[in-house]
Amino acid sequence: MSGAYRLPGPAGLLIDRETPVDFRFEGVRYAAFAGDTVASALAAHGVRTLSRSFKYHRPRGILSMAGHDANTLVTAGYMVNARAEKVVVSAGLEVRAQNYVGSLERDWAALLGRLGRFLPVGFYYKAFYSPKFLWPYWERLIRNLAGLGRVDLETPQGYFDKEYLFHDLIVVGGGPAGLSAALRAAKAGAEVVLVDENPVLGGSLNYARFGAEEGRAAKMREKLVAEVEAQANIRVMTSTFCQGWFIDNWFPLVRGNRLYKLRTKGAVVATGSYEQAIVFRNNDLPGVMFGSAAQRLIKLYGVKPGERAVVATAADDGYGVALDLLEAGVEVACVVDLRADPPETERTRALTHRHVPILVNATIREAVPGPQGKNVSGARIAKITEEGRSTAETDRFNCDLIAMVGGYHPQMSLLTQAGGRARYDPEGAIFRVDDLPESVVAAGSVNGSFALDAVIEEGSVAGWKAAKAIGLEAGRKPIEKADRKAPAPDYPWPIFPHPGGKDFVDFDEDLEVKDVLNAIAEGYEHIELQKRFSTLGMGPSQGRHSHLPAARLNARGRGALLDEAAITTLRWPISQIKIGHLAGRIFEPVRTTAIHHRHIERGAKMMVAGPWLRPEYYGPPATRTENIRKEVLNVRNNVGVIDVSTLGGLEVQGPDAAEFMNRMYTFAYLKQPIGRSRYVMMTDLGGVVADDGVTARFHKDHYYVTATTSGADAVYQTMLWYNAQWRLKVNVINVTASHAALNIAGPKSREVLAKVCGDIDLSKEAYPYMDVREGHIADIPARLLRIGFVGELGYEIHVPSGEGEALWDALFEAGAEFGIMPFGIEAQRLLRLEKGHIIISQDTDGLTTPQEADMTWAIAKKKPFYVGRQSVDIQAAKPLKRKLIGFELANEKEPAPLECHLTVRGEEIVGRVTSIGHSPTLGKTIGLAYVAPDQAEPGQLFEIKIEKGRIVKGRVVKLPFYDPDGARQEL
Amino acid sequence: MKIMVCPLNGPRNISEFIYGGEVKAHPDRGSDAEWADYVFFEENAAGVVREWWYHAPTAYWFIAERNTVTEEIIRTYDAKELFKERVDFAPPPERGDG
Repeated sequence: MSGAYRLPGPAGLLIDRETPVDFRFEGVRYAAFAGDTVASALAAHGVRTLSRSFKYHRPRGILSMAGHDANTLVTAGYMVNARAEKVVVSAGLEVRAQNYVGSLERDWAALLGRLGRFLPVGFYYKAFYSPKFLWPYWERLIRNLAGLGRVDLETPQGYFDKEYLFHDLIVVGGGPAGLSAALRAAKAGAEVVLVDENPVLGGSLNYARFGAEEGRAAKMREKLVAEVEAQANIRVMTSTFCQGWFIDNWFPLVRGNRLYKLRTKGAVVATGSYEQAIVFRNNDLPGVMFGSAAQRLIKLYGVKPGERAVVATAADDGYGVALDLLEAGVEVACVVDLRADPPETERTRALTHRHVPILVNATIREAVPGPQGKNVSGARIAKITEEGRSTAETDRFNCDLIAMVGGYHPQMSLLTQAGGRARYDPEGAIFRVDDLPESVVAAGSVNGSFALDAVIEEGSVAGWKAAKAIGLEAGRKPIEKADRKAPAPDYPWPIFPHPGGKDFVDFDEDLEVKDVLNAIAEGYEHIELQKRFSTLGMGPSQGRHSHLPAARLNARGRGALLDEAAITTLRWPISQIKIGHLAGRIFEPVRTTAIHHRHIERGAKMMVAGPWLRPEYYGPPATRTENIRKEVLNVRNNVGVIDVSTLGGLEVQGPDAAEFMNRMYTFAYLKQPIGRSRYVMMTDLGGVVADDGVTARFHKDHYYVTATTSGADAVYQTMLWYNAQWRLKVNVINVTASHAALNIAGPKSREVLAKVCGDIDLSKEAYPYMDVREGHIADIPARLLRIGFVGELGYEIHVPSGEGEALWDALFEAGAEFGIMPFGIEAQRLLRLEKGHIIISQDTDGLTTPQEADMTWAIAKKKPFYVGRQSVDIQAAKPLKRKLIGFELANEKEPAPLECHLTVRGEEIVGRVTSIGHSPTLGKTIGLAYVAPDQAEPGQLFEIKIEKGRIVKGRVVKLPFYDPDGARQEL
Repeated sequence: MKIMVCPLNGPRNISEFIYGGEVKAHPDRGSDAEWADYVFFEENAAGVVREWWYHAPTAYWFIAERNTVTEEIIRTYDAKELFKERVDFAPPPERGDG
């Protein structure tokens, strides 16, 4: 059935005995109940070894039963390094153990354990350091032996997403402190989200034993959970990990495949504490587990953790564990109490009453392995002689379970991330956190409180404090009656090094006491250095169970008092997180123009250009080159239309508009006539060409400026920044998205326009090149800019974006008889290349000066100021380093260079090819490139290094390649 | 994620803002060395600094006073508080070769 170790009901809060579920582990089928985890189901069948350790391949089993350690990492389905204690079984789930050679039961690599003394701390750094050429070999070997799970490359893509949450308060931890804090804060009116990593609320109330009588915790849990559920302003999120605290109370929460980004005004941290191991020889054997792990097995899953137990404890809680074991039918061989003189309590009396031997001032010196080194078969118990030392003579107790209660370590990551300072309190032998910000309050065992009544009261006070801190009328401070004098259940030195070693401090990395001491002896004294040299705390359990002993050993090891014990920084994520959580859904937002659907209808191949989708060309990809060639020739011979809505559009208005333009751009604009357009070029503070476009002056105080597709937002931002300082009377508006724009170009463009435009005289005399007009095209209000980027008679028509498609339709209807065709950006690139017009950020880079780009004609030299002027002047006074030139190939038959191929002179790089293409108009390859200034005269040859290091020769050609007199654009 | 209080829009996530550099006086007709200092060098002070910030969704520049040690934003305000007067530039002196 569901296993020989399964207890009868009602034990097993999380399992549903009515619903059996089968799964497989290492190829063997096991029966379980719904709600079982892989670890609990295997424990019910007496399977003790779940994995092999990282370095020595020692068998490992359940340690915390809370998913806090790395002992039970398995591959479940496609998920590698899953914690068997957290993976809920599902029908047909295939689970495999990890990190063994041969089989989990007989792992050949376990022989490494015998070589342990040859694998000292830091051995990677030392043994394999030289000769260096062998390192790749060693690295492969080590990775194969020490790796964790193996990713199946066929793993299907998961769906991950995110959600934003806003609450007044987060309460992290649904144990007694968290429950009462949430209740008190909610009663003060706070909107609370209560987060717990477990599937049900209750925390330690679900499994721990408070006092001698069983049942008190369960009753308290029922009462608190019922009250919380009745409170409308508490949202409960179970199975949810709070992964960290970020500034201004921002929390990443992970549940399933979703990342919640939560913003609150404050937090109550009631995360509890991690139970700690006792360090003795073979303390890692399967069957050696925390007292709370045994309790979780019994109470959460109805699984008997063993047949005969030795309980080793440094606190009164061990007696509660022993009582729980007895009630579950486990024989308790003895209770070993580390304390010299433990106080008599109701729990110690209950055990004495049941004739369980209690050995005080004693420790387990060594756990005895069973056959083949697996499973514990006994405990050797010795008297403690002084701190960390015990007698060599021991009494042996046979057992198949050692339950250890070595103390507690607060789960304080959220607190230290929020700015709290962790400090070792030698009095209580525990870490505490001070200096918390006002809006973050700690309660319960994370705050060093362990007695149930005190914890519940402290939770209530924390809820009240947090509500007050976020500005709520919280009422009176709750009354505290419980006895708060109960000592913290921690013991200063539960560490008993054994001459034979295998006394593990960090189970993840197989680190023993001597490894920590050796790291200190080697000079890695600082706790952060000790961590990095020894790898202590760097494994999957992130020091949850090794920070405390490492801090203690570190303090003693460097001869300091325990007061100086310190821990390493506790970073996020606090628990396991997947890359998928961080990546979320993969969004790639793109903008489409108002005319997007017309492009699709005409078979455009769309491409991403900056933030936009734009037509690359129209027609099938199979005939790409031919499509582009036809588009180019149609513009040269007939008429073509391109969507230029993506150009930035800025309105500059106000009494100082002309002065503002004059400062932002290099040309002169004060005397720009109304109704004329003019080229604009912007340099940045360093004198580098930053953007260009055209400005149209429609009124004395009104300029309409275009910016490059990718530069529009930056230009707008820059303009606003300058005027925040200059205080000119000018207003700048970014109208990029509210305008659609088409460029109609080609010798027949005027004839097409004339058919749809009634209120503008388009004749050459009335409307010359570079003039601008306002009027109507097919009854659509439009701005017309007669400019010539592609070098033909052409008009840029700007209309409200809602009218974009209507404008497109009107032009194509009117142009049908003239052979009108759309053209895409590839054709436009070729057309402008033929004209020698540069594209900013393709033909320029982050260092290009106006001199280098041969753009000094666009600088008005007599102006008092423009942005970057002093830098431009400084660079102009220096010798030129490179120059942008037009070129053709010296030999057309040689393979053509590509954009960004280098121009060289011998070994020296002098520049690069910025644009290149085969000109359909000229029937040859043409391009733009940077060359040395002394190579820039037309006719000069220069070298281009193309693929595979081949050199081809380019010949400098005077720009433009096409229509040097500009006659065609002025038709 | 940090919250910044925009003088125009109130408290917003820091991801809505763009850093605009330290607030520095724009030199008018200074030496080339002073100019290079203005263009290329930042103080990077440990302590309270005065910086330009831009709220991108609303295209709004303002000034923030921030403690770079404690990560505390002390005050944010409109640029008008510092830049009260219209700024004009005198033409630069004639520049010889080199």
